[in-house]
Amino acid sequence: MLAIAMLFCVAGLAGAEEDSADNSQGRRLYDAHCAICHSIGGTGGRGPRLDVPKLRRASNSRALGSLIRFGIQGSEMPGAWSLSDDDVDAISGYVLELGQREPEVTPGDADRGKAIYAAQDCAACHMINGFGSSLGPDLSDIGLRRSAAYLRTELVRPGAAVPQGFMMIYAVPEKGDPVEGMRENEDSFSVQIRDVENRFHSFRKADLKTFRKQRGKTLMPSYGQKLDGTEMDDLIAYLASLQGEE
Amino acid sequence: MRLLLGSVLVVAFAFSAHAQVSYDRLLDGELDEGHWLTYSGNYAGYRHSPLDDITAENVSDLRVEWIYQLEDGGHVETSPIVVDGVMYITEPPGTVSALDIQTGRRLWRWTRPDQDRTKTIGFPKVNRGVAVLGDTVYVGTLDCHLVALDARNGAKRWETQVGENRTGHSITVAPLALDGKIIVGVSGGEAGIRGYLDAYDANNGERLWRFYTIPGPGEPGNDTWGGDTWKTGAGPTWITGVFDPELNTLYWGVGNPGPDWNGDVRPGDNLYTSSVVALNPDDGSLKWHFQYTPHDTHDWDANQVPILIDVEYEGTPRKLLTTANRNGFYYVLDRVTGEFLHGTPYAKQTWAEGLDDNGRPILIPGKEPTEEGNLVWPSLQGATNWFSPSYSPVSNLFYVSVREMGAYYFKSDVEYEEGKPFMGGGERALRGDDAFGALRALDVLTGERKWEFRLQSPPWSGVLSTAGGLVFGGSMEGNFYALDAESGEPLWDIQTGGAIAANPIGFGVDGRQHVAIAAGSAIFTFALPLHR
Repeated sequence: MLAIAMLFCVAGLAGAEEDSADNSQGRRLYDAHCAICHSIGGTGGRGPRLDVPKLRRASNSRALGSLIRFGIQGSEMPGAWSLSDDDVDAISGYVLELGQREPEVTPGDADRGKAIYAAQDCAACHMINGFGSSLGPDLSDIGLRRSAAYLRTELVRPGAAVPQGFMMIYAVPEKGDPVEGMRENEDSFSVQIRDVENRFHSFRKADLKTFRKQRGKTLMPSYGQKLDGTEMDDLIAYLASLQGEE
Repeated sequence: MRLLLGSVLVVAFAFSAHAQVSYDRLLDGELDEGHWLTYSGNYAGYRHSPLDDITAENVSDLRVEWIYQLEDGGHVETSPIVVDGVMYITEPPGTVSALDIQTGRRLWRWTRPDQDRTKTIGFPKVNRGVAVLGDTVYVGTLDCHLVALDARNGAKRWETQVGENRTGHSITVAPLALDGKIIVGVSGGEAGIRGYLDAYDANNGERLWRFYTIPGPGEPGNDTWGGDTWKTGAGPTWITGVFDPELNTLYWGVGNPGPDWNGDVRPGDNLYTSSVVALNPDDGSLKWHFQYTPHDTHDWDANQVPILIDVEYEGTPRKLLTTANRNGFYYVLDRVTGEFLHGTPYAKQTWAEGLDDNGRPILIPGKEPTEEGNLVWPSLQGATNWFSPSYSPVSNLFYVSVREMGAYYFKSDVEYEEGKPFMGGGERALRGDDAFGALRALDVLTGERKWEFRLQSPPWSGVLSTAGGLVFGGSMEGNFYALDAESGEPLWDIQTGGAIAANPIGFGVDGRQHVAIAAGSAIFTFALPLHR
């Protein structure tokens, strides 16, 4: 049956307090259902990294089971309504085990990375704990949300995975100048864009001569050539150290 | 003021003139008099309004007439009934409200307690509407009872148990009123129920018959299940069917087999799941069946509203049953015999090469759910789902909201446990800009696409066509919109501010055409300005 699925559903809460002993089952289910966003091994990707000692939104397996089952309203995390209680227990057990692994060692020096962040004027686009610009993603807790490997990819090939809410749109209205910027919202009849100078534009699609979704395009420049290997490691170490305000 | 008083008098007169919703009124439909008496507007499932004040020329003036905010919010899938000046809606999880159609002001409200604590396995706590017969309003409840309410004040007259909620039986479907009886189906396709469709005496709630959608031992079709798997074979009946009074036949869609995605444990075609069944409403006996998806392993319930049309088919007048099925194919059947006449895809599908001469899908190997996940179109939620299509006798086109979305299908081990999820897998759907939606107009005889209007994302809104040459639909981003019924050209839209997962209806107030839809947690009604 299954009418509207993910966000609304399902039966009883997963009730297990202990981790499932069968973590191979948990890993198999995790790899199938969760790794698409959280990456194999929980190193983070489109979704936050899960290989951390303490998960921000779930402090124990009961809370984690509930989160897996119901998802997180207002986020991209869907509820897993079709998983059985045993499956949810197995996944939450595996995820909690991920947090007990040795933390990822980043080779760089975070202090030197902070200086590189300043020297490259990253704050012209990004904000950390309230300081900087709101044009690009807020980086205050980027170390919690992204793995070092993901950050490296973003710095070298920023178009490889453009975050949700930052898809570039090129729009030419019937009257007025072309607008290029990031898609804030879109429905079947209208689109809301934030341009490169951080100004909002709202268009009726019917009033646009050109409306182009530029997949893979981003305002973020590549730092693959701008930074040498040590500088890149340092910058990644700094970003990985950003854990949000307590 | 004088005008307002006049309107009240007209409505008061209309109410006293009818006051009873007789079976004859249901047969007539009285759509041209401004009523909307059954779930789909008429017994044939058209969801079409013959009112024609609102046209392509003036629809740009359409404006909000009133808004009714639901008290408890929630996920609203109700399809209103409008009769004699009153709109009857359901509010999740267990409320019926009667509204004044002129103002949206509430006349009465009845709430069944504790519905938020019911067992609803695999679906949200929703309800899709009521049925009206005589001076009684009928509603199904999430704890699986059928309740009869006095249409004047909402007082409960009787209730009867349709199923055990403890075992995952529930009711979300709007009942269908026939002559002296109320037809109601059950949800529970993810709980391993043995599905059925029931008829109850409209006067006292006594059960008149039960048709099990899964045949028992000794009955034809039981051999399409291995061992005892028929006992947990699902086959829910969670969307309102249609009725042909001339043939005295009730047509009702049957949902998925259980467990949903692990078909290994239930070898065979698994009748009558993912099928339409034609029943004699006098005794619930089966006249014929047609199975769209034999041995379904993708949860492609056949609970779409079928549409009954009488047209010339290949030179001969025929009584047809048409449907755009969740599995991605459009079907034309002879509704006297159940004979398959024609079928064609109306959306992207990657699981069948086509349909054979009997309408059975020619499977592409390797499209079953797997432990690792197997990408197939359409997604688990189907190329369309429970939300209604529409047929316009004016344009002779079939309109359907389409979901263009693929999904990775998973299979896992599962054992039946009473009152627990019994699904055996799931999906991971392609999302965001990898999926989209459309409202499509199909040739009613061939399923050939005449036009489409693209939607930002896969929709959950039904469709209403009107004799003014319009088609109304909604989007998950909150757009309610009107298209030209002949060309699909967008003519009007409004942002309602809430996702639309409901069916639009049309009705009249003092002769003025209205359309209504649930959006977010509110009912919106629209009409042209009073003074033009």
